[in-house]
Amino acid sequence: MSTETKILNCINCPLSCELTATVEDGVVTNVTGNFCPRGAQYAKEELTAPTRMLTSTVRIEGGRLPLLPVVSAKKLPKGRVVECAEALRTVSVKAPVHAGDVVAADILGLGVDIVASRDMETA
Amino acid sequence: MSDMYDVIIVGGGPAGLSAALSAQQNGAKKILVLERDREAGGILQQCVHNGFGLHHFKEELTGPGYAQRCYDLVKDLPEVEILVDTMVLEVRKDKTVRAINPTRGVMELKGKSIVLTMGCRERTRGAIRIPGTRPAGVYTAGAAQRMVNMEGYIPGKKVVILGSGDIGLIMARRMSLEGCKVQAVLEICPFSNGLTRNIVQCLNDYDIPLHLSHTIVAIHGKDRVTGVTVAKVDDKMRPIAGTEFEIDCDTVLLSVGLIPENELSRGLGLAIHPLTSGPIVDQRRETSELGIFAAGNVVHVHDLVDFVSDEAEIAGKFAAKAALGEGGGRKRDLAVSTGANVRTCVPQHLRLGDDAEKVRLFMRVTQPMRGKLKLKVTSGGEEVFAKPLMIAKPSEMIAVDLPEAKIAALSSELTVSLEEGN
Amino acid sequence: MEREADVVVIGGGIVGTATLAALARYDLKCVLVEKEPDVAAGTTKANSAILHAGFDAPTGSMKARMNVEGNRLYHELRDELDLDIEWTGSFVCATTEEEEAQLQELKKRGEANGVSGLEIWSGDKVREKEPNLSTAIRSALWAPTAGLCWPFGLAAAFAENAMENGAEIMRDCEVTDIRVEDGKIAAVETTEGAIRARFVVNAAGVFADKVAAMAGDKSFSIRPRKGEYVLFDKTAQEKMVKGIVFPAPTKTSKGILVCATTHGNVFVGPNAQEQESRDDTAVTTAGMDEIIAGAKKLVPELPMGAAITQFAGIRAVSDTNDFIIGESKTAKGLYHAAGIQSPGLTSAPAIARLLSEEIAKAAGAQAKKNVVKERPAQPVFRELSAEEQAALIKKDARYGRVICRCETITEGEIVDAIRRPCGARTVDGVKRRTRAGMGRCQGGFCGPRVIEILSRELSIPVPKVRKDGKDSYMYEEKLGGARK
Repeated sequence: MSTETKILNCINCPLSCELTATVEDGVVTNVTGNFCPRGAQYAKEELTAPTRMLTSTVRIEGGRLPLLPVVSAKKLPKGRVVECAEALRTVSVKAPVHAGDVVAADILGLGVDIVASRDMETA
Repeated sequence: MSDMYDVIIVGGGPAGLSAALSAQQNGAKKILVLERDREAGGILQQCVHNGFGLHHFKEELTGPGYAQRCYDLVKDLPEVEILVDTMVLEVRKDKTVRAINPTRGVMELKGKSIVLTMGCRERTRGAIRIPGTRPAGVYTAGAAQRMVNMEGYIPGKKVVILGSGDIGLIMARRMSLEGCKVQAVLEICPFSNGLTRNIVQCLNDYDIPLHLSHTIVAIHGKDRVTGVTVAKVDDKMRPIAGTEFEIDCDTVLLSVGLIPENELSRGLGLAIHPLTSGPIVDQRRETSELGIFAAGNVVHVHDLVDFVSDEAEIAGKFAAKAALGEGGGRKRDLAVSTGANVRTCVPQHLRLGDDAEKVRLFMRVTQPMRGKLKLKVTSGGEEVFAKPLMIAKPSEMIAVDLPEAKIAALSSELTVSLEEGN
Repeated sequence: MEREADVVVIGGGIVGTATLAALARYDLKCVLVEKEPDVAAGTTKANSAILHAGFDAPTGSMKARMNVEGNRLYHELRDELDLDIEWTGSFVCATTEEEEAQLQELKKRGEANGVSGLEIWSGDKVREKEPNLSTAIRSALWAPTAGLCWPFGLAAAFAENAMENGAEIMRDCEVTDIRVEDGKIAAVETTEGAIRARFVVNAAGVFADKVAAMAGDKSFSIRPRKGEYVLFDKTAQEKMVKGIVFPAPTKTSKGILVCATTHGNVFVGPNAQEQESRDDTAVTTAGMDEIIAGAKKLVPELPMGAAITQFAGIRAVSDTNDFIIGESKTAKGLYHAAGIQSPGLTSAPAIARLLSEEIAKAAGAQAKKNVVKERPAQPVFRELSAEEQAALIKKDARYGRVICRCETITEGEIVDAIRRPCGARTVDGVKRRTRAGMGRCQGGFCGPRVIEILSRELSIPVPKVRKDGKDSYMYEEKLGGARK
């Protein structure tokens, strides 16, 4: 049995708690240093299957502004974030759009929608 | 043209919108928000990343999402009018506001109270004196952010970022997601000025090196940037000869600090604090000129928009009360001064009346500290409030609420300090 | 097909534009060529911006003659061309007995050069006018005819006036060769094609010897000398100076001075560094330390927190150390205005008059009857009364939209700056004409908006908008995102 101690910073909120995680045979068995339960959850995920939110922009036709800010509805596998951003660079939508509207459904088949961060009225 | 408003708010960013909502909730009937950009929301509209709103809206939002939330809360209120594309040229002591816009021309508006929420601006290359040529390709991170996130252009493909403030870190990730190569982030201090979570998710995730105690000693290129010379700095932040190295790049983004935007405040003759570079305010966020309030980044640069909203709600509330003639009294004027390890504290003084008032203090420490720390508020040698902390960093503002009961009993000035040990 | 002209002026600096404006008052077809996207792109844009009284140069030198005459002409031209000039007067300060003796010499020399009004003031009297000056200053030479100016504005005014009188200005047009036939100028070859002409004015600044050599004239050479400056915010003025303050001069230079600008800022500088490069305007840490130390001798308490930018300019020093003005000995029709270092800015109108008269005479040209003397009006929003502002916005709504908030510059002014004769083509061109981007935020807020306006007004895509120099493109299309 191998036991490792890993130190990492939680990224869930600006407090950026410094976490100490005990990993036994690839399984996170204990987490300390977190001010809230999300810290423990983060350490477990980060050390096994890390995920990230993605925010970016897409082009919008006929809108008041040329770009629409977008966000992933859920976290994406960390290793696929750059690919998703690349895919979004060729996406274009039509105004009007409301915050939460799906801009790119099930991106790269990852089961996560990319949605509008804000409303965008027509010009 | 002359109109009388209860509250005129200068600036329609998160502070201005939050102040408007709070003013309305506290009884103001005629509220005007003046915004110079094409829409309300302020700089948040270009901060497309997430991480906003956890405190204030108890939900994680993007910048535009947070702006939308603030806007949606006031846009249909009959008491609140928002004028965009409108520039305030002058605010006078008699609370006349001179503003212009293309459709209404020159406006003279009169308020019973004024709330200043102009936000802040970025420090520039000149302010930090980077030697070298002056080619295209050197931008403040915020200007580049607007072009990338709102206009649809990138400043270049190979980027060096000077300054590890949050905007710099966020832009490092943003440029990476746009397919550009971020060569390095340089920080003249021995510690980062950004949030740790941004170091993790904006630099580490993209394998971007962060060089602490390093700075740019020369920018190269005639018409367009071709590279920079970087050097390590000593403990007085002076470049150390012999440590220079070159980095190839076509773009330099500067994220070297923010400064409250106080031209209007200076025009008004408000007392400005030398360290915050913002107006000196009391616990109601009332400035040295009675009836004129200020909140958010114009008072002191915040790291969380949530605190900006909190502070603006305080200013909006008391601006409304002042307009309605419910000033709250100013019988005692107690200074709030900074003690050990605390660099700045807002408000800088308390003006207390008969009514009990809650007081919210925002502080920045002088240096990073960790371990068992105690934030202490004393008055007349007595400890009136204490809060244990594990970590304190200059980049992270500390907020504490002093309870009403404690405030009511105060009779001498307050000192806030941060001590090691319990 | 080759273009034809009577005179080609090479170089759009202060001397080139002033000469073009003077030539355009004769019945001559005149073309000015400038390799950069804007006029005043070289030495003219980065110098001390002072119209000197004329006591520095040795009596009898071309420098002394042109300086005193140029200063006099600017006093006339100021109202005519709406030039940005403030006649503040200048001080040269002495802190030792030797320096006080020097002041007496300068005064005597100035009087011999024809400078009026020179006086020696006591240190206390000087500090009454400039209270932040060092108490070590014992006395100073007061020259009331000196003044501040906005050099770019002067060059732009001359360029505009020349165009109003029918001259042509080709920017982004670099001279590649000069054709000489039978010892006479025949044509100027440029990156935009050849221009046949009998007369050429060589006002190429630090490149004047290279241009002369193209016509086979190797009679002089130019050494580039760099001068660095630090510019302070307007808020610094009350802690610094309102006018022009020199130290006592050294053998080679007027020294590091502290000086206000017509826009209410203050700068300190320059130093003087000989260098090989004719276009390396890099500022250096050592240089900045040198000028700050120098300036502290005059104003001990410099508000360094209010420093907003640094810049450097290259001065063209001829090997004769005097101006070289007049027709080439080897190429007939080639007129030099070379080695124009300080006081070149002050001398420009005098040089222009001298050369234009010579060329008109050689060409047998007559003065035009209906010369345009004034420039088209250019509203400066922040300087208008509330009533005038309201009226202007009513007439053109774009004057109601502030683009640069630090300096209160409206969209109307920016559009006007682009559309005027010899208008702005670059972001810095807009900045120099309107001040948009010159304030505290140095374009942080207005930069993106100015780019958008330039793109719209010049009908070019955003990635074609330049900052300043020929290839100074600012932004690119996003990768992988096709724009319609």
